[in-house]
Amino acid sequence: MPGITREEVAHLARLARLELKPEELDHFAGQLDDIIGAVARVSEVADQDVPPTSHPLPLTNVMRPDEVRPSLTPEQALSGAPAQEQQRFKVPQILGEE
Amino acid sequence: MTTTTDLVSYEDALAAYDPVMGLEVHVELGTKTKMFCGCSTALGADPNSQTCPVCLGLPGALPVVNATGVESAIKIGLALNCEIAEWCRFARKNYFYPDMPKNFQTSQYDEPIAFNGYLDVQLEDGETFRVEIERAHMEEDTGKSTHVGGATGRIHGASHSLLDYNRAGIPLIEIVTKPIVGAGERAPEVAKAYVRELREVIRALGVSEARMEMGQMRCDVNLSLMPKGADKFGTRSETKNVNSLRSVERAARYEIMRHAAVLSGGGTIVQETRHFHEDTGSTTSGRVKEEAEDYRYFPEPDLVPVAPSREWVEEIRAALPELPLARRTRLLAEWGISATDMQAILNAGALDLIVATIDAGADAAAARKWWMGELARSANESGTALDELAITPRQVARVTELVAKGDLNDKLARQVIEGVLAGEGTPDEVVDKRGLKVVSDEGALTAAVEEAIAGNPAIADKIRGGKVAAAGALVGAVMKATRGQADAARVKELILDKLGVTEG
Repeated sequence: MPGITREEVAHLARLARLELKPEELDHFAGQLDDIIGAVARVSEVADQDVPPTSHPLPLTNVMRPDEVRPSLTPEQALSGAPAQEQQRFKVPQILGEE
Repeated sequence: MTTTTDLVSYEDALAAYDPVMGLEVHVELGTKTKMFCGCSTALGADPNSQTCPVCLGLPGALPVVNATGVESAIKIGLALNCEIAEWCRFARKNYFYPDMPKNFQTSQYDEPIAFNGYLDVQLEDGETFRVEIERAHMEEDTGKSTHVGGATGRIHGASHSLLDYNRAGIPLIEIVTKPIVGAGERAPEVAKAYVRELREVIRALGVSEARMEMGQMRCDVNLSLMPKGADKFGTRSETKNVNSLRSVERAARYEIMRHAAVLSGGGTIVQETRHFHEDTGSTTSGRVKEEAEDYRYFPEPDLVPVAPSREWVEEIRAALPELPLARRTRLLAEWGISATDMQAILNAGALDLIVATIDAGADAAAARKWWMGELARSANESGTALDELAITPRQVARVTELVAKGDLNDKLARQVIEGVLAGEGTPDEVVDKRGLKVVSDEGALTAAVEEAIAGNPAIADKIRGGKVAAAGALVGAVMKATRGQADAARVKELILDKLGVTEG
């Protein structure tokens, strides 16, 4: 099995907005490699005729009718927000100047 | 940012290159609740008053699919001649951006509910162009951001942003075309016609009002150029959220001219997102497009697969309404009008009004005449849409009925319509209040006719001598005497009768 590279970990960390130290990149590359290696063993026993499974339950079409249910109040919705303004969630600057 | 962009003329661009387009249209469904939770989708509510643990992405919350959302997606798929998946899943599209509190959008990835279809669209001159549909899939809308502290509410330079999640989770159907090739110089026109036809289909299905100005329908225009005769597509740009039919056409046209300038100058097109500016009709660079795998799609573990039974799909298919193109083709034949006439009716937004007027009892020709004549003129003068005029199809039908019965002539009917539009009441009330009735009292008419003959002996002699056309002058005199309230045809009959002449 091809190993997980340091570059791939750095890329994933960037996508996940995680700041990792150089030694952590090496550390996690090894760990992720072990995990993926363990999971990959499934393909050794599962042949072409076994479809990949994403859901363990043999259920389909679980749907609800289009009926309005009570929502949270704005106060409840915002109760966990680190900051708020004008009854809205306040988030830090998204993009700087062009 | 004030960089100037080089453009070549549209004609020069098309002489050297063939445009290839891909259109992605997002439609907000008109369901009562969100796609995965029971929060209301009603517009105009207080910020963050329509949210719950599911659409806020709170830990432990479990989404459940809206059955009407799935049904609407299948309706759209069928109307676009798509195959409907027998089994498909939702997927998480992972990204970090505050418009989605979950840090992912629930969407569909490689298993869309509908795929492989087409939509025939008609250009202004009646020519038909088939646009192939790649897929239509289910997903959810994002929250609404307000950027604070910047120059003009823009994200660039803002000090912070405020989020309202009422819109987060509203059902969206994303409809993606296959590459549209071979449209040549008509590509921008095809893009516009496609979005317009799609809007009509969505409305006919009743799954959304699809009002672009309200953001209920938004279009992304992907465009690339390849040298004439080539078969390998060039690099594309993606112009986001183009929000009117006119803008769709302008954005495509602008990108054709911009790409051509870059390519003919020996440059390369950067694959990127661009923003369309309504005021200048131009596009500017947004962010460089993330690669597809950066979204790390994976099957949504909290939602079980959707497997629409064939019985359900056929039930939905059987209940589909007549679709817009078929309806227009039928009406065009029934009314015996040309493609140009039909296009004029469509452009005026009069089709549904005319049909409703006919359904209310009016003759087809009369219904068309009033909506496309007097009423179109009135709407034009007041700068309102036809369907916003203060007159209903039923009232227009009543006016045509009064004309058909001979109670009103066209001149009086125009005054009745004017009265209804001015808020004076129903057609019958306006007739009463303004005293607008054709003089049908034969005694009064006969007296007026005799008076006209007596007052114009020379003309009367001409008519007696066989010059029937001269009767017009006497008819005019009678109409004047009755202040226009006579039936001109009947007046003419009476005049000829009195003078002992038969027409023809």
